[in-house]
Amino acid sequence: MVQPLLTMSLDSKIPSGPMAEKWTRHKRDSKLINPKNKRKYSVIVVGSGLAGSAAAASLSEMGYKVKCFCFQDSARRAHSIAAQGGINAAKNYQNDGDSVHRLFYDTVKGGDFRAREANVHRLAEVSVNIIDQCVAQGVPFAREYGGGLANRSFGGAQVSRTFYARGQTGQQLLLGAYSALNKEIARGGVEMYSRTEMLDLIVVNGQTKGIVVRNLVTGKIDAHVADTVLLCTGGYGNVFFLSTNAMGCNVTATWRAHRKGAFFANPCYTQIHPTCIPVSGDYQSKLTLMSESLRNDGRVWVPKKAEDCGKNPADIPEADRDYYLERKYPSFGNLAPRDISSRAAKEACDDGRGVGPGGRGVYLDFAESIRDFGRNTIAERYGNLFDMYERITGESAYERPMRIYPAVHYTMGGLWVDYNLMSNLPGLHVLGEANFSDHGANRLGASALMQGLADGYFVIPTTVANYLVTQKPGEVTLDNPEVKKAVADAEERTKKLLSVKGKRSVDSFHRELGLLVWDKCGMARTREGLQEAIDRIPALREEFWNNVTVPGSGDAANQELEKAGRVADFMEFAELLCIDAQNREESCGGHFREEHQYPDGEAKRNDQDFSYVAAWEYSGNCSQPKLNKEPLTFEEVHLAVRSYK
Amino acid sequence: MALLNLHLKVWRQNGSQPGHFQDIEAPEIPDHASFLEMMDIVNERLIANGQDPIAFDHDCREGICGACSMTINGMPHGPERATTTCQLHMRKFRTGDTIWIEPFRARSFPVVKDLMVDRGAFDRIMQAGGFVSIRTGSAPEGNSIPIGKDVADAAMDAAACIGCGACVASCKNASAMLFVSAKVGQLNTLPQGQPERQRRTLGMVRQMDAEGFGNCTNQYECEAACPKEISVRWITKLNRDYAVAAVKDIVGAGRQQAGGEGGD
Ligand SMILES: Cc1cc2nc3c(=O)[nH]c(=O)nc-3n(C[C@H](O)[C@H](O)[C@H](O)COP(=O)(O)OP(=O)(O)OC[C@H]3O[C@@H](n4cnc5c(N)ncnc54)[C@H](O)[C@@H]3O)c2cc1C
Ligand code: SF4
Ligand code: FES
Repeated sequence: MVQPLLTMSLDSKIPSGPMAEKWTRHKRDSKLINPKNKRKYSVIVVGSGLAGSAAAASLSEMGYKVKCFCFQDSARRAHSIAAQGGINAAKNYQNDGDSVHRLFYDTVKGGDFRAREANVHRLAEVSVNIIDQCVAQGVPFAREYGGGLANRSFGGAQVSRTFYARGQTGQQLLLGAYSALNKEIARGGVEMYSRTEMLDLIVVNGQTKGIVVRNLVTGKIDAHVADTVLLCTGGYGNVFFLSTNAMGCNVTATWRAHRKGAFFANPCYTQIHPTCIPVSGDYQSKLTLMSESLRNDGRVWVPKKAEDCGKNPADIPEADRDYYLERKYPSFGNLAPRDISSRAAKEACDDGRGVGPGGRGVYLDFAESIRDFGRNTIAERYGNLFDMYERITGESAYERPMRIYPAVHYTMGGLWVDYNLMSNLPGLHVLGEANFSDHGANRLGASALMQGLADGYFVIPTTVANYLVTQKPGEVTLDNPEVKKAVADAEERTKKLLSVKGKRSVDSFHRELGLLVWDKCGMARTREGLQEAIDRIPALREEFWNNVTVPGSGDAANQELEKAGRVADFMEFAELLCIDAQNREESCGGHFREEHQYPDGEAKRNDQDFSYVAAWEYSGNCSQPKLNKEPLTFEEVHLAVRSYK
Repeated sequence: MALLNLHLKVWRQNGSQPGHFQDIEAPEIPDHASFLEMMDIVNERLIANGQDPIAFDHDCREGICGACSMTINGMPHGPERATTTCQLHMRKFRTGDTIWIEPFRARSFPVVKDLMVDRGAFDRIMQAGGFVSIRTGSAPEGNSIPIGKDVADAAMDAAACIGCGACVASCKNASAMLFVSAKVGQLNTLPQGQPERQRRTLGMVRQMDAEGFGNCTNQYECEAACPKEISVRWITKLNRDYAVAAVKDIVGAGRQQAGGEGGD
């Protein structure tokens, strides 16, 4: 399966020079396009989340002609809207010793030494500009009484560098980016296409030149061409069916690009978030995150004795409670990083000490904070989260500890990109959660919003010109045969989905796939388990194509058809996810292989053999992807066992 | 966990064709399920019977994206205070209940299909001034403008609006004043929003009128329906801001003309 290295196509284009100067040098050395010529270049932005809206607005301000697409009815509803906790930036407003270098270091370490150092350093550098930009747009960040910006702390860091807007930080940042986008739509710089889904990528003579889309109201399939395409389409967490992602999140855009030649990097790096509301029944359609910021004031525990699990938590005395995170990780305690906290919860439940239905839950207890700071302070900090918890579970977290359990939340893997955020497929740029580059094997809390906005506001506006100068503007037009073929292929596929007329609903397939992947490629993975999944997925995929039922027609609004297309892609992608997890014979970050652990259960990395990015290439057969490697070298941060003890 | 047997009356409509209520039996619905999970179960059963599933907008299912939009028993987002359709849970209903399910109805929100409507008018109102004209990269240092906690908190209260349109659907005039006042109010409250205060107020209110939303006659149904508890005080503030902006607009237009005549 493993093919020789293709180092030529995996040139990461990291600028030379000392780490702290690379971005500055790169900005200086990047190509410029004069204002008159910029107007001739057109850019397609797929996605209107933080990455997409920020990129579309910024590129339009610079003078490029932009078209932006999203599948929701409004750009403002992109999944970024759901982020709760906050966004990191190395402002050091708290005077607690934070700096660009420390944020860089924490992110590389937090990612378990599987991220590309130069990208992470750039991220830390531009983090400070993001806050300035958002404040200027009118994002109502939390403030101190003196009028300065307030901060909170988040998992995986010992400084307070997280900016927030109540429990709705993602919403406020997205509304800021959406306002910038609206300003450009009004000015005529951006054409916005909502309720429009990308079905395929158009590649002409090896260059990315457009996309095929379906209008989700009329059902019409057609093409849009441009001089470059930016995919800002978010993560693939919904391959697990149950996740904290919005229902529409999908892998279609990135998977279709992969099938056209873009390498998919590190798909096995998936993040399981420790604080989610546990599953309550098989009708469940999604899982709800309780922001990690809750761990600032909540203490995580389970009963010491399995026989106490059914008791009312208030009746369990202190001495019989196991505050396992504080016990195992005294220096980070309840703020231990996500992967570590999630696994610790699973261990406690596997040990028979889980609470709630099915024994799959642990307590997150606010009693002490309410005692110390008062109910009002806690309500001010987390009121909306407590309300949400009560609506879903019917219980009040002011009176009784919350029950939480880990759930799929974020995907660190994504399309491979170089330092310019360009894929190996020329002209295809990938931003935000859709790319792989900054979080390694585990993302720290409040760093995804930072990355999405960094990519959109500050990185791509500089780097996109490096590609565009190599292209003649408007070279490919709608009458190009490749364009026509791509449209015909998408129409054909849609017809095929509608014509199976089998017996099983799309959701039933999605649930089955999700359960399988969660079971074999979730919080803990083994070689055999993964093999089982790899054996079963193709059969399930075949059944899907022979037995799915998609009611209605293709030439009108049809939500089942939309879901069917997405699930069909998840069916292919899931196999690559498991193949990557099986290939990576080590444990790192969100990827935990039971075979590779220390006697105390901590993850055991294998730097000797696996200090590389696994960039998978489509071979024409989903079951036989080709492996390309980008070796990771660490100049600034010393490879070390990642300890939070 | 209890199971509920429900009788649904669901609005079915294809685009601009006339719609009707369809009777659908929904037996054995777990009371822990959310309202949309109940709809999922119903849709699975419709599909199994070869019928067309009910179309409805939804995405986050966490009460934040503003996509879900059902009028339940005559109330936009249903009976629970400060709760979106997706956050409403079936334990709020009793077995044997009849539940009427309709789209968010308003002249400016045409039905796309069944319970799905087109709220593009809201986007166009935002494009008419719902922003601060600041270019990427040209922002001053974040802490250079101190903003009192009370001011920031007030702006955040307004900014919490999820753009769902329940305010419009609940109003007998189909007025969009609560939405527009929250959006204008957020930026007009903050120092960053001051330079464009008038332009924004006039632009967004005029676009609201152009979209065909009705006038506000102070019924305050909107506040009761709003899942984010946006206060009608924002409407009062908008009326004030609009009055000032409209006067300045007339005076200013005159001055500009006068200046124009003698200009270089
Ligand atoms: C519940 C929750 C809470 C979170 N909290 C935090 C937090 O506190 N801090 C933090 O840093 N991160 C947080 N995250 C992670 C963070 O929100 C996301 O990683 C980030 O917002 C992703 O932004 P994005 O722009 O890359 O993609 P998204 O916001 O997911 O946007 C994707 C866009 O692509 C479009 N799209 C997708 N596929 C297609 C297609 N085929 N055709 C057309 N359009 C398409 C969508 O319409 C959408 O506009 C949270 C995530 C979740 C799930
Ligand atoms: S004001 Fe309230 S009801 Fe109206 S759109 Fe905003 S959140 Fe929805
Ligand atoms: S589905 Fe997002 S608010 Fe209801």
